[in-house]
Amino acid sequence: MGEEQIILEKKSVVKYYLFKILFAATVIIVVTWVVLPFIMTIIYALSDPLQYYDRYIIIPTRYTFEHVKSLLDLGAGQAIINSVIVALLTILFSFIIGLPAGYAFARYKFRGKDSLKLFLVGLRMFPIIVIAVPLVTLYLQLGLNDTLLGVALAHTAMATPFVVLITSSIFAGVPVELEEAGLIFGLSRIQAFLRITMPLALPGLTAAAIFTFIMSWNEVFIAAVLTFRNRTLPAFVLQSALASTDFIKFAAAFIMVVPALVFVFVAGKYLIQMWGITLK
Amino acid sequence: MDSEEIPFMVKIEKYIPYLLLMPALLYMIFFIGYPLVQAVGLAFFENGQFTTANLDYLLYSPLSKFWDALKYTLLLAAVIIPIQVSVAFAIALLMNVPFKGHNLAVYSVILPLTISDVAAGLIWYVMLSPNGFFNKLLVSAGIISEPVRFFGAANRDMEFLAIVITEVWRATAIVFVILFAGLQMISREYYEAAEVFGATTWQRFRYIVFPMLLPSLQAALIIRTLFAFQIFGVVWTLAGRDIPVLAGEAYYEQTQLHHPGVASLYALIIALISVLIGYIYTKLFKARYLEA
Repeated sequence: MGEEQIILEKKSVVKYYLFKILFAATVIIVVTWVVLPFIMTIIYALSDPLQYYDRYIIIPTRYTFEHVKSLLDLGAGQAIINSVIVALLTILFSFIIGLPAGYAFARYKFRGKDSLKLFLVGLRMFPIIVIAVPLVTLYLQLGLNDTLLGVALAHTAMATPFVVLITSSIFAGVPVELEEAGLIFGLSRIQAFLRITMPLALPGLTAAAIFTFIMSWNEVFIAAVLTFRNRTLPAFVLQSALASTDFIKFAAAFIMVVPALVFVFVAGKYLIQMWGITLK
Repeated sequence: MDSEEIPFMVKIEKYIPYLLLMPALLYMIFFIGYPLVQAVGLAFFENGQFTTANLDYLLYSPLSKFWDALKYTLLLAAVIIPIQVSVAFAIALLMNVPFKGHNLAVYSVILPLTISDVAAGLIWYVMLSPNGFFNKLLVSAGIISEPVRFFGAANRDMEFLAIVITEVWRATAIVFVILFAGLQMISREYYEAAEVFGATTWQRFRYIVFPMLLPSLQAALIIRTLFAFQIFGVVWTLAGRDIPVLAGEAYYEQTQLHHPGVASLYALIIALISVLIGYIYTKLFKARYLEA
């Protein structure tokens, strides 16, 4: 009886460790599968051409910033600036129109609320790229064609449903009682909002802004259709880098990948939250 | 406070939410409604006259790759989505177990979410090009003597494969986040109850995890299917027009051939397909909710 139990325990201990090893191996495979392409892109973008073209050198030992520099000189530098401007304008516009709507959904009961919310939030399923081509005609009339403002306005249409959804969820997380207390102590509604709710919602709103930034920063179809000379980074890469040598392509990937790494390490926790909200 | 002011404030209070919503609503209606109307105008009218010239070009011209684009868009969706959903499901289950370095692993998995599809295409170009990582690895290991060619019009099947690999790598993260968020919302109490009643791992999965995750799975499926019809950046960077897709043809007709009418037609087709898919999915899933 006693001996059997010991054997049984030994068996389960072996099983336990076997399971643990298998589990760890699976996690490592998954992480490697996702991360390795990022690492190799950075390594090859900075590698010495001679070593890259040697078939037997998998990891080069000599590195250079030359390719990244020549890509920046080719116009990627200006494209990065353009992308940042477009993204910041998109944040500004989509928050100006989206934040009040998010607040309304979080704080008020009113007739037609559910259908309005369904409509606005349902729009995030709309294939927003399809507005780009017809917008060109309108933009030509308005003098907005090939302008960063024009791209930002289109990106605002893409981002607004998400901003409404995220801000509404953030404001809903700030206890309404605090605002009511403010009202009782003589603040107006606007004061209560600005002095109580806003500061409490600020971390969430910052994360929402980063989320919007990434959305605009990464968008390529609309930007590529609406611009000709004033291109954002993805549109520039799509137009210029594809016909170039391997190293210019690698450098382009490098320039686009580095900010992404920064975003995840700075705001990863919040970003997962944002995605969780918006993708439901 | 002025006594006369109060009734006025109460009156206005009723309209505040509508006033707050107005800018967003008007903006969205304008920026989606106007382009759609404009697209119909560009696609079907010329100088105020109804015309099918664009439609004829799209369907019958030897220059147009519409049928190929439709075929490849559907084919890519059919191959990619099932792989994505199952891989993401497996990873989400894996990441739902606490372990050392758990957060780092989760952050790693979501990395592809933060880059554009163009960047994803280029990253896998680095991995798969003749002197890329995979070919070097396989050549150095002596498994192959000549590099595998993934790119160029002569290797269309391999280009297709490269697109599938890239899209699975890139967008699995999106599905993962949805499913992971869904898993995290399942209360611990359910598992504890299952433990009390001696449920096996399989039973826990079958009767707790799966049914509670079903809404997230459906959301993931809808989002992925809709986005599959907008696939562009990855295809354009890796294969150009060798593998035509709907959005790619819209881009090409607009920017290279200057056919805004045809490009608008593509836009309308993508919009129509998306609305149709959304409609089908809501019908399909509603029916299942009612059964349960």
